[in-house]
Amino acid sequence: MSFFNPENLEKAQVLVGLYPDKRSALIPLCHLAQSQHGHLSKEAMVEIAELVEVQPAEVYGTASFYDMLHTEEVGNYLVGVCTNVACLLGGGQELLEHASDVLGIPPGATTEDGKFTLEEVECVAHCDKAPCAQVNYRYFGPLTNGDFDQLVDDLKSDRLSDSVPPHGVLSRVFRDAPPMVPLEIIHQERRVMDEARKARLAAQNPDAGGKQ
Amino acid sequence: MSTKIVTARVDIPNSHTLSVYLEHGGYQSLRKALLEMTPEQVQEEVTASGMLGRGGAGFETGRKWSMLKQDLVRYLVVNGDESEPSTFKDHLLVENDPHQLVEGTLITAYAIGASRAFIYLRGEFALGLERVQSAINEAYAYGAIGRNIFGSGFSVDLVLQPGAGAYICGEETALIESLEGKRGFPRIKPPYFPAVIGLYGAPTIVNNVETMSNVPWIVKNGGQAFAAMGKGRSTGTRLFALSGDVMRPGNYELEMTSKTFRELIYDPDFGGGLKEGRSVKAVIPGGVSAPWIGPDNLDLPLGQDEVAQAGSMLGSGSIIVLDDHTCAVRAAWRITRFFNRESCGQCTPCREGSGWIEKIMHRIELGSGTESDLDLVLDACDNIAPGLTWPPQQTTICVLGPSIPSSVVSAIKMFRDEFMVHIKEEGCPFVH
Ligand SMILES: Cc1cc2nc3c(=O)[nH]c(=O)nc-3n(C[C@H](O)[C@H](O)[C@H](O)COP(=O)(O)O)c2cc1C
Ligand code: SF4
Ligand code: FES
Repeated sequence: MSFFNPENLEKAQVLVGLYPDKRSALIPLCHLAQSQHGHLSKEAMVEIAELVEVQPAEVYGTASFYDMLHTEEVGNYLVGVCTNVACLLGGGQELLEHASDVLGIPPGATTEDGKFTLEEVECVAHCDKAPCAQVNYRYFGPLTNGDFDQLVDDLKSDRLSDSVPPHGVLSRVFRDAPPMVPLEIIHQERRVMDEARKARLAAQNPDAGGKQ
Repeated sequence: MSTKIVTARVDIPNSHTLSVYLEHGGYQSLRKALLEMTPEQVQEEVTASGMLGRGGAGFETGRKWSMLKQDLVRYLVVNGDESEPSTFKDHLLVENDPHQLVEGTLITAYAIGASRAFIYLRGEFALGLERVQSAINEAYAYGAIGRNIFGSGFSVDLVLQPGAGAYICGEETALIESLEGKRGFPRIKPPYFPAVIGLYGAPTIVNNVETMSNVPWIVKNGGQAFAAMGKGRSTGTRLFALSGDVMRPGNYELEMTSKTFRELIYDPDFGGGLKEGRSVKAVIPGGVSAPWIGPDNLDLPLGQDEVAQAGSMLGSGSIIVLDDHTCAVRAAWRITRFFNRESCGQCTPCREGSGWIEKIMHRIELGSGTESDLDLVLDACDNIAPGLTWPPQQTTICVLGPSIPSSVVSAIKMFRDEFMVHIKEEGCPFVH
């Protein structure tokens, strides 16, 4: 049984074909998996590993480095309140506390109904709208406490479902052009890549004489 | 009215679409470059423009391109990771003029001889990812990307790569690792200078989104016209991202050195001043990695060397204003917490030092600090950037480490009294 549904499997294959090295598709595939399932499950990571030809542990090792890749379940709406310095000056810390009261959960937690996860986030490049928040990476700001309550109401009653898709869905626009790099260039690229890999291993581990 | 380069179209309705872009002269520069100029001539124009990179380090773009090792396989990577706190200029450009970015990227790929280019965009830019991907799709269909573009014989593929939430991936070698599907661990330079050993081991140029967005204008108008704006090493315009305690935060594109900090902050067309009765306490130019400057520096022109001479940097072009109702200890603590959260963990001084400094700063802010804590903090900072000079000494793989002391050392130097009040009165004297 495949994790990816047929439509996403097709997209996954396109992604893998975009790079000289399949591994470059790893993060885009993690996003694709989250768009299908809301978070990055073990089954998804195993399948991604097969697609990019690495060990599942390497997928997990990479994914665990990145804040946006969630190997545990998250709510339908991931609410991130920024408290970095520009937002801090605009009342971001107070907004986070208010958000925590309204949702009834501390930052990092998910509501019992699985609808909301609250996060305290670092600057999301929306500082002219301080204090600001993101819901599933869609921007809102500047927000008063009242604005925040309204936002939560709108989300609860699904009034924003057009502008805020479920968690995991990032870009709703997919690449529609096939890669066009000629095969002979791809062969050259792979040769350079292999040599660089060998040189790197040899430098890291002089005793092994470059052997893997 | 000063000339607008990168933001000339951002306010036009549907500025992100191909049809609007074409109506306003879009892809004419790419045509000109591919059909009338050699790659060397494009490079010459960019060199003549004197344009410094807009990503933070301020390295001359033409010189960077000329340092690219001339191997058969070469790559271009555009840095759209924009995560330096208080920087939000690339955000505007990717959402409101993605075709300008795509066109600049294609011209650059031609100039440096890359057959593949990548735009690495911060994962949190959901709308930006949609806009840039649409632009790429439209540009392929229009024939501006792909094989034998406009019949010139030049071919290039352009791929949009999403990040996944990690500040360090803005550092160019970490970005390359991320693009290779790995954790964003910066590489050691030497030997891993991207222009020599970059993406997939091949020579690679990494340039910022705003840098790329200037290229179509330079090709159209010539490097000299760009160099005619500004003064000294600060040529052209810059997009200043103004935030913090001002009435009108936002992005303002200004001819370099044409305005001072004071004008940017107080002019009703720009920052619009501060809240009634307040005054500037400090300004953080160039992102939170930069040292702070005081109100005595408000008459400095917004230029690369001018800000450097005042002991800080223009960096990413962002400017945070702190007014006299803002607590310096709290601001510096919050910035340290950011670095502590975002340190990739490879180097001990950065990983451990940021944690120690954050904890001590927090306890001072909360009122349980002691006078000796100030020396302790400075000592921890000195372990990361020995001598606490500017520009800093480096004991770590990348410059995230030596950026950590900037805020803390600035705050202690400029507002030691305020630290003492926190310590003596066992709490923060400011309301927030
Ligand atoms: C910790 C760290 C974070 C950085 N973040 C960014 C970033 O978000 N965007 C960017 O363009 N450059 C960033 N840089 C600078 C890049 O390493 C690189 O110098 C830049 O992308 C080069 O482009 P330019 O020459 O066009 O300025 C960062 C550097 C460091 C050390
Ligand atoms: S200085 Fe910090 S962020 Fe940079 S490589 Fe070292 S630990 Fe990582
Ligand atoms: S500080 Fe909050 S978005 Fe930049």
